[in-house]
Amino acid sequence: MFEKHAFLERNSLVLTVCILVVVAIGGIVEIAPLFYLKSTIEKVQGMRPYTPLELAGRDIYIREGCYVCHSQMVRALRDEVERYGHYSLAAESMYDHPFQWGSKRNGPDLARVGGKYSDEWHVLHLENPRAVVPESIMPGYPWLSQRRLNNKLIEEQLVANRTVGVPYDDAMVDNAMADIVAQANPDGDGVDGLLERYPGAQVRAFDGDPGKLTEMDALVAYLQMLGTLVEFADYDAKANAR
Amino acid sequence: MASAARTPSGREFSDILAGIGLILGALIGLALAARATDVVFEFHAWLLILACVVGVIYVANNAFEINNGRRTRPDGSSYNELVVKACVIAAMFWGIAGFAVGDLIAWQLAFPALNFDWPYTTFSRLRPLHTSAVIFAFGGNVLIGTSFYVVQRTCRARLAGTWAPWFVFWGYNLFILIAGTGYLFGVTQSKEYAEPEWYADFWLTIVWVVYLLVFLGTLLRRKEPHIYVANWFYLAFIVTIAMLHIVNNLAVPVSFAGSKSYIAWSGVQDAMIQWWYGHNAVGFFLTAGFLAIMYYFVPKAVNRPIYSYRLSIVHFWALIFLYIWAGPHHLHYTALPDWAQTLGMTFSVMLWMPSWGGMINGLMTLAGAWDKLRTDPVVRMLVVSVAFYGMSTFEGPLMSVKAVNALSHYTDWTIGHVHSGALGWVGFVSFGAIYCLVPWLWRRERLYSAALVEWHFWIATIGIVLYISSMWVSGIMQGLMWRAYDSLGFLEYSFVETVEAMHPMYVIRAFGGLLFLLGALIMVYNIARTIRGDVREKETIVTPAPQIANAPAE
Repeated sequence: MFEKHAFLERNSLVLTVCILVVVAIGGIVEIAPLFYLKSTIEKVQGMRPYTPLELAGRDIYIREGCYVCHSQMVRALRDEVERYGHYSLAAESMYDHPFQWGSKRNGPDLARVGGKYSDEWHVLHLENPRAVVPESIMPGYPWLSQRRLNNKLIEEQLVANRTVGVPYDDAMVDNAMADIVAQANPDGDGVDGLLERYPGAQVRAFDGDPGKLTEMDALVAYLQMLGTLVEFADYDAKANAR
Repeated sequence: MASAARTPSGREFSDILAGIGLILGALIGLALAARATDVVFEFHAWLLILACVVGVIYVANNAFEINNGRRTRPDGSSYNELVVKACVIAAMFWGIAGFAVGDLIAWQLAFPALNFDWPYTTFSRLRPLHTSAVIFAFGGNVLIGTSFYVVQRTCRARLAGTWAPWFVFWGYNLFILIAGTGYLFGVTQSKEYAEPEWYADFWLTIVWVVYLLVFLGTLLRRKEPHIYVANWFYLAFIVTIAMLHIVNNLAVPVSFAGSKSYIAWSGVQDAMIQWWYGHNAVGFFLTAGFLAIMYYFVPKAVNRPIYSYRLSIVHFWALIFLYIWAGPHHLHYTALPDWAQTLGMTFSVMLWMPSWGGMINGLMTLAGAWDKLRTDPVVRMLVVSVAFYGMSTFEGPLMSVKAVNALSHYTDWTIGHVHSGALGWVGFVSFGAIYCLVPWLWRRERLYSAALVEWHFWIATIGIVLYISSMWVSGIMQGLMWRAYDSLGFLEYSFVETVEAMHPMYVIRAFGGLLFLLGALIMVYNIARTIRGDVREKETIVTPAPQIANAPAE
């Protein structure tokens, strides 16, 4: 056996091909089935693509690196379920490009943070975390309230998401610009259309100022919907056991 | 005469090719800058233009000087050592930068006021800067530099390509610059250790293919019949990183002249692909590549052959086969299907054996030369790095067991584990290799000071011990506090109480990191003086002179 290995040691191209074959196997076995095994993603009610404002907020969440310290994955462990809520389902991140499960909790899990705090709390906390949680070690993000949301490419953002598999329909793409403004201005015109396209979307002046669409509006809109989409009353855990 | 006349014309052809490539790069950069949809993308396009223009000027000037007889073309029979020197200096620079940013963010966790509430200095933007700077900038330059050195020596052949090795060096460092400045300005795709956006990934793919071609080209022109074991590991590292990088980073850009993109994969599949990538960035970038360094520099430093040829064959193939499966241990108890988690755990535990095969092969190479541990601080650094490798590759399989992972995951235990590998193994083996390389490359009889290597070794070792022990305490403590129940059956601690409890550990960790940085600064001074050709007068410890023209360590 060891004598035969000398053949590989004398032929660099054969060695290269052998290495490639050997390192490809594990990935193929572990990754490929996730795309065709139907049990991989649970059957749930309530999942919908992000509204344009939530998507913009998610992009800010990624830009600022929130995932560095906050997971979005409640593990199926007793203490986590009691602390954060129902364990996370694969279905809940099926429209996430990329996923935001995280790997380290310098701060708490955010998979189900939606609705747990008021908008005002989020704004105060993001601007100066120690104003509301004195022991917090989180950085402040005061610029979010001042910066206008850059939404000039929002249609293209939805189209790119559609290309990678998120079911945005033509109406959603065409109305993206109207929807992103409507969601942060409850007195505006476009609210009915938005709610028709994204059932159950929350419409509020998230940063407290309906006149100005800021990055804070987008981020808080995203945080306030996290983990709220799936109807757990209808969820059949047994049928989805893997 | 005929062959002598043919050689330069081939070289002139490579000058022309390099010039055309660089001009093309500058034109593409101009087109992108003109259409840029955001300012960071425009800035990066200008960086590309600047790099290409400087490159064109250099290549043209070089050809001009040669035509005038003021400069000579490097002799094809000599080794290309200039590019290795460049990698060593770049590695030192990025190393200091990466360690310094790492220590800053360690202090930020202890004292959050140090975030300064400014977008460019928050922990969340600096942490990827730290990880990329130490892994890809420092580690990457060490790997490229040592691989270029080792492949030439063990093949007895000059590095393939005239400009190609330089393209790899400058192209790779341009990638680092684009990635790093991108993080500071908020351009990231948020996939850990794969944060650079689509255009930086695309650029790295080009650089990496050229890297593979240079390495393979050198192997193909070797004058030794056998490919030395270090080169198997380098080859596995280059090939596998290419595969991982391309699959994990497939993305659709929002605009071809803008920085934002959306990853092709979503949710659970994306998580699996990310950690298949992420864990094998550890397995192939931080392990296979640095094992290659061990396989060349440890035998060279102690002047002994590798302990076991058969062990190196067995552990090489076992290591690269098993590592790839280990990714799902980052996703225990998550929404990843159980079968995948179980596979990941099983293979992670099995991985312990080939890992220790490598450790044993490295350590036992010292058989008959153990006294060097006492007399030669560079050898001690290399050997201790292998010991740290053994320790963290035992801790890793332990933490991949689901029951342990339930406690350790999401806590500082992971951070401590990573750093025992990163500081102890990758850091020390790199330092050892650089301490060997610098006198060899600059033709110095010995280092400026062996005593300063002693200082570096002990200060850095104390730093590592403070770092990993404080992270064990804070990680296990926080894991236990999260799951603690009071007598009435309620969770005992709020989240922020666990954060508060870790404060002393964070101070100790940051202090440990400071010591590690201090050690590296001593090294920079020592290396700089060595390059200048100085020798410290009062030295009492005598290191054996390195053998420059020795045969490869086979």
